[in-house]
Amino acid sequence: MPMVGELVVAALLLFSGAVVLVAALGLWRLSDFFLRMHAPALASTLAAWLVTLASTVHFSIRDGSLSLHVWVIIVVLSITAPVTTVVLARAALFRRRQAGDTVPPPLGGRG
Amino acid sequence: MSTILSSAIAVTLALFAVAIAIGLLRVVRGPRAQDRVLALDFLYIVGMLGMLVLAIRYDSEMYFEGALLMALFGFVSSLAMAKFLLRGEVIE
Repeated sequence: MPMVGELVVAALLLFSGAVVLVAALGLWRLSDFFLRMHAPALASTLAAWLVTLASTVHFSIRDGSLSLHVWVIIVVLSITAPVTTVVLARAALFRRRQAGDTVPPPLGGRG
Repeated sequence: MSTILSSAIAVTLALFAVAIAIGLLRVVRGPRAQDRVLALDFLYIVGMLGMLVLAIRYDSEMYFEGALLMALFGFVSSLAMAKFLLRGEVIE
């Protein structure tokens, strides 16, 4: 494997590790649930893209041809992560209304 | 595999492990059920990314299948827990 490829893979992996750590710190330190929802999106978008790019570079150099099968995971994540986020946000909004917290009022739909 | 890449992989996995530990703290701390579900959602994504890093570490594409299964089952379980939070309260 050429040296440059290894350096690129190493840099992408380290960057993704840092991004995941930032997401975890955000999950830990932010004060409210709706603020906290922003942090894990960092892991499921940027960090996943970085790991996928690193994997693509590594396996493409190893096989000598373009290796794109890991991108299926990006496709799956970009379909599923917004669905989970929306359903969880609606559940949290509903539960906090039930608990009597001050949350934004319904806009006319079921909220 | 050079020492640069293998040490970068080790550092990345260590960072992932720290992130998982922090996420587990959030699971334990709560304070509410939706926070725990959010933290579990984060945990499965980090575990799946760790699986992909292990695929590079062991130079094997078998880990990719595992990561894909983790992505799919993690999505289904997160969605099921979120729907349970939504509907369990409705029935009450």
